This record gives sequence, C-alpha cells and structure tokens, in this order.
Amino acid sequence: MKFGVVRFPGSCDDVDALHAARRVGEAVILWHRDRDLQGVDAVIVPGGFSYGDYLRVGAIARFAPLMEEIDRFARHGGLVLGICNGFQVLCEAGLLPGALLPNVSLRFVCRQVDLDVVNAGTPWTRACRPGDRLSIPAKHTTGRYWAPEPVLDELEANGQVVLRYATGNGFNGSVRDIAGVSNAAGNVVGLMPHPEHAVDPLTGSVDGLKLFQSAAALVPA
Amino acid sequence: MLIRPKAGILDPQGQAVERALPALGFAGVRNVHVGRLVELDVEDPDRLPAMCEQLLANPLIEDYEIQGTA
Repeated sequence: MKFGVVRFPGSCDDVDALHAARRVGEAVILWHRDRDLQGVDAVIVPGGFSYGDYLRVGAIARFAPLMEEIDRFARHGGLVLGICNGFQVLCEAGLLPGALLPNVSLRFVCRQVDLDVVNAGTPWTRACRPGDRLSIPAKHTTGRYWAPEPVLDELEANGQVVLRYATGNGFNGSVRDIAGVSNAAGNVVGLMPHPEHAVDPLTGSVDGLKLFQSAAALVPA
Repeated sequence: MLIRPKAGILDPQGQAVERALPALGFAGVRNVHVGRLVELDVEDPDRLPAMCEQLLANPLIEDYEIQGTA
C-alpha cells in the first residue's frame, strides 16, 4: 500500500500524516505543483493552512495543479482522505458535499474529542465497527460543518455521515454533530479531527491509526 | 463584490458585533451580518459572476452582489 501525502505551501500536518501512513504502508510526499501522483494507492490531503488560507479556507488550494490530478483520481474511485484543512479543500473542490464555517465560538479550539463511527463501511473506516468510539484530537478555527437540510437528509440516507462528535464532544457548532463525511461512492472521506495525531500511545490514543489501517487493508502489501 | 453569509446560516461574527454595540451605547441594532468586500479593476465585467462563483465566493454558503462603475 502506497500513500501519497499532499504538501501545499502552508501545510503543517503533512509530516505527521506521512509518519502515520508509514506505520501501515509506504508513503511519499506529493508536491502541490506536480501533476504526478507517483502511482499511489491513496491520497491524503493533510491539515494546515494551504496557501495561507487567504480569502477562505481551502479556496485557493483547490486550483493547485496536483488537485486536478487528485480530482481525476477521486472521480475514478481512488481513495482520498482529507483531514482538517484537507477536508476544507475537498469541500471547496466539490469532491465532498457541504462547507466548513467558523466555529460558533469564533475561537481556535484544540482538544481531544470522542467520535462515533457512524459508517464503518467506507474504505477509510472499515477497520472499525459501527458505534465504535474513537478518541482523536481536533484543532481548528473553521470546523463548523454545514450543508443545506435536504443535502443533510440525503447524506444520512446514503450513509455519507461517516463520523459524528459523540454526545457532549461537539464544540464547533457542526450541523447534526457531523465530524466527517464521504462522497456518494464512499472513496473520498473528510474529517475535521486529526487521526494522524493519534497513532502512538505516547500521545494518548492510537485510535486514529484505524483510518490508515482501513485503507491499507484494501491493497495488498 | 459584496460577499455575505447566506441568510439562515448562523453568523457568529455578526452576532458578536451585535452583542458589542449595545455595550457601547448603540441600542436598537438587529440582524448584524459581517461579510467581505472585494475591490478590483477588470477589463471584462461580464466575467465577474464566474469569478464570484468559482473563487471569490462559495455559492453554497455565501451570496454575492456586484457593484461597479464603467
């Protein structure tokens, strides 16, 4: 299994994502100006502040040359995981439904959160069971998930709500406590919390590793 | 281009401003919303809506309004 981790100017969680992926497979950095996906089996769009997030979070990164390739890769069923800023980028790029708005508190929040696995059938969550609870850190200012009500109903009906903040753990005002969603096909998943920061007991939880293991299990080593 | 949060979407920035105004003695203010202003010179104003749709605004969460002088 070969993961590719995108690096935009302003990415800051790319190295952690790389290390997390290397616990379960191979992993390389993909430079935003390149058009070569280097034959990876899965792409991770990591957290950070791509292109400074000037204008609007994730808005400018979607025009990177590499994003055109990722768009094509995703639309052909390639596995893509967007974490935090990566989630914002994928929403802006139209690969995931909805948008991320400023936290209701308008403040940056960094805390460990419990997430409920709602859909354990996606390529990124299949190492979990439905109802599993994952302890993973979240750290963002702009993580309030929003989509119009009819879209939310459709997401729920299609199993595209992948992760929810467990009761009492929602802090950013996301509609229906949504922490992570997928596209209709399920191959593209985005979430605000950071699984790549929860892969070693040293930092308190290894629950984040399950997302990487899920994808790795799909491709023979 | 005036870019505003869409009606009906919670606007905590507008709410924060709305709460701050009475504290300064400015009573009777309601429905405060904070948006963005993008100023630019453009050769072909017909392209402005596309610019807004594709980059300057996120049409899912924001409305935009184009104002200009020839």
